[in-house]
Amino acid sequence: MSGPDNYEAASADAANEIASFDTGKKGIVSRFHHALHTTPALVPLIVLLASIAIFGVLLGTRFFSPFALTLILQQVQIVGIVAAAQSLVILTAGIDLSVGAIAVISSVVMGQFSFRYGVPVEVAIVCGLAFGTMIGAVNGWLIAVMKLPPFIVTLGMWQIVLAANFLYSANETIRSQDIAEQAPMLQLMGAKFNVGGAVFTFGVVFMLVLVLVLAYVLKHTAWGRHVYAVGDDPEAAALSGVNVKKTLISVYALAGLICAFAGWALIGRIGSVSPTSGQLLNIESITAVVIGGISLFGGRGSILGTFFGALIVGVFTLGLRLLGADAQWTFLLIGALIIAAVAVDQWIRKVAA
Amino acid sequence: MKRLIAGTALALIASASTAVADDSVSACLITKTDTNPFFVKMREGAAAKAEELGITLNSYAGKVDGDHETQVAAIETCIANGADGILLTASDTSSIVPAVQQARDAGLLVIALDTPLEPIDSADMTFATDNFLAGELIGKWAAATLGDDAANAKIAMLDLAVSQPSVGVLRDQGFMTGFGIDVKDPNRWGDEDDPRIVGHDVTAGNEEGGRRAMENLLAKDPMINVVYTINEPAAAGAYEALKSIGRENDVLIVSVDGGCPGVQNVADGVIGATSQQYPLLMASKGIEAIANWAKDGSKPEATEGKGFFDTGVALVTDQPVDGVDSIDTKEGMDLCWG
Repeated sequence: MSGPDNYEAASADAANEIASFDTGKKGIVSRFHHALHTTPALVPLIVLLASIAIFGVLLGTRFFSPFALTLILQQVQIVGIVAAAQSLVILTAGIDLSVGAIAVISSVVMGQFSFRYGVPVEVAIVCGLAFGTMIGAVNGWLIAVMKLPPFIVTLGMWQIVLAANFLYSANETIRSQDIAEQAPMLQLMGAKFNVGGAVFTFGVVFMLVLVLVLAYVLKHTAWGRHVYAVGDDPEAAALSGVNVKKTLISVYALAGLICAFAGWALIGRIGSVSPTSGQLLNIESITAVVIGGISLFGGRGSILGTFFGALIVGVFTLGLRLLGADAQWTFLLIGALIIAAVAVDQWIRKVAA
Repeated sequence: MKRLIAGTALALIASASTAVADDSVSACLITKTDTNPFFVKMREGAAAKAEELGITLNSYAGKVDGDHETQVAAIETCIANGADGILLTASDTSSIVPAVQQARDAGLLVIALDTPLEPIDSADMTFATDNFLAGELIGKWAAATLGDDAANAKIAMLDLAVSQPSVGVLRDQGFMTGFGIDVKDPNRWGDEDDPRIVGHDVTAGNEEGGRRAMENLLAKDPMINVVYTINEPAAAGAYEALKSIGRENDVLIVSVDGGCPGVQNVADGVIGATSQQYPLLMASKGIEAIANWAKDGSKPEATEGKGFFDTGVALVTDQPVDGVDSIDTKEGMDLCWG
């Protein structure tokens, strides 16, 4: 050993460039293709802006006003929140069919605890949130530890939770006026404020914050990378030190918690606690996720895309209704969008030539 | 323990064989769902009457509104069970007809409750609310309440579903007729050209749908001042939408159903008036009809001048108007269901 090792000096003359693909000359199409490939939220964003522009031209200020545009946000808030939960699950290559049922039963728990048992409303809300989280955790445990397919587990849970919801509540609605009088906190998420003609509710703000926080967490934390890794290839993830079981359980539990928040927002939106609401949320949330470009095979896509996906559905729904179109046209076009979204996804997956 | 099980089993066999042996009357009740308070009440009414008359009652229900398959299976079960009659609230009013025909061929009396079949004579009789009249009452009330302003009203129509089920169409067209609007084809909504109609939207009959539909129509015309709603949950949702833009006090909302939360909403001024229907009565009359059929083969008669047996409807409001009979919310509360 003579003198300190100086490996750095030895590499001084070596090529600095890191190994890279030879991209050759890139045309506009392949550049665009590359951009889509690296930024999965771009496609739904383009579709969203295009549909806003088209309806804006067709309807003018009736559609292109702060009031109407924020109305869309209000109309998609519940689906948006639930779709954020669904995104997490689908990123792990799972699916959660019980999201809507969890949201509804959480809202029923909040309402019934306050009114039937006279629990202070804050405690009732916490109970509702905990209940949603618990159902999610049971889903996660059955999937991660018992190794049951997510589709089956959540299909069963959907029915169990929905039936429990009807049995427990006797399908009785708690009226908006009673809630406003005795437990106004339940309607907190419906509280609104104005910003220059634009109307926002706390529920909308919650959705926006949730999406941003989740986008950050998924991209910049170890847990977020683990979620993608588990969805992409659970065995490879396990071999590289990811605790797959723990990650899965945490994802489903978090999804349950988010759904419970959606249940709270639901009370704010419809005023009352109604056990019959939200029954299509599972399909609507999956629709938003798929249009938003998250692969149903897991590990690919972004939560911002889901948010745009939910907004696209909202824009179509309101735009077409303002045009006076039969409501069936909305379903037809959204169906076409779903198929188109998957087709575009397949095209993007082909690595740029 | 073993003896207990054996004993129970014996008792069960004994009771089962007596049920087969004696020719006691048995009836089936098939509803759209077993969760909607309207059908829950219907089941209660049927069960109470069945017990009073000593009739065995089996209840079936679809899993969700529109669950046609389960209803067909229920009819088949009733035929196999040797029931004397079926009370049916059909999810799909025309597709259920062959199954109903099968039951009638097997000698069962089939009575449609609440929802007429298509065609209406596919069932032996229909016990229902006159939905057109229910709509007409709230239409007349709204027009009379507005007085001269009725000529310039801006009306939002919150309907049930895009498939235009008969119950929704009848209430909608009844409302328009009562309000003095030319309905064009009375079998469908949406074809009228009266400028007072701002638009139609669908609600699925719940709060969520009611709110969204109201928002959509308000985006079309924020000066809407009359809101027709297919039922009270939709009305509650519409009210929330109006409240969010601060217009809850200058819009007239009318509805149909007469459920307890709905009548309470009339008392609180959320809804101006609602037409109340009587599911309990429909079911108990239906059970009586099956009892008579089993006894001497007589079928119930339709109400005079109508194609069905009218179980009645009453306008519930605390602001009565001349020319429209109504009951107040106190009386409405005594008669409400759900």
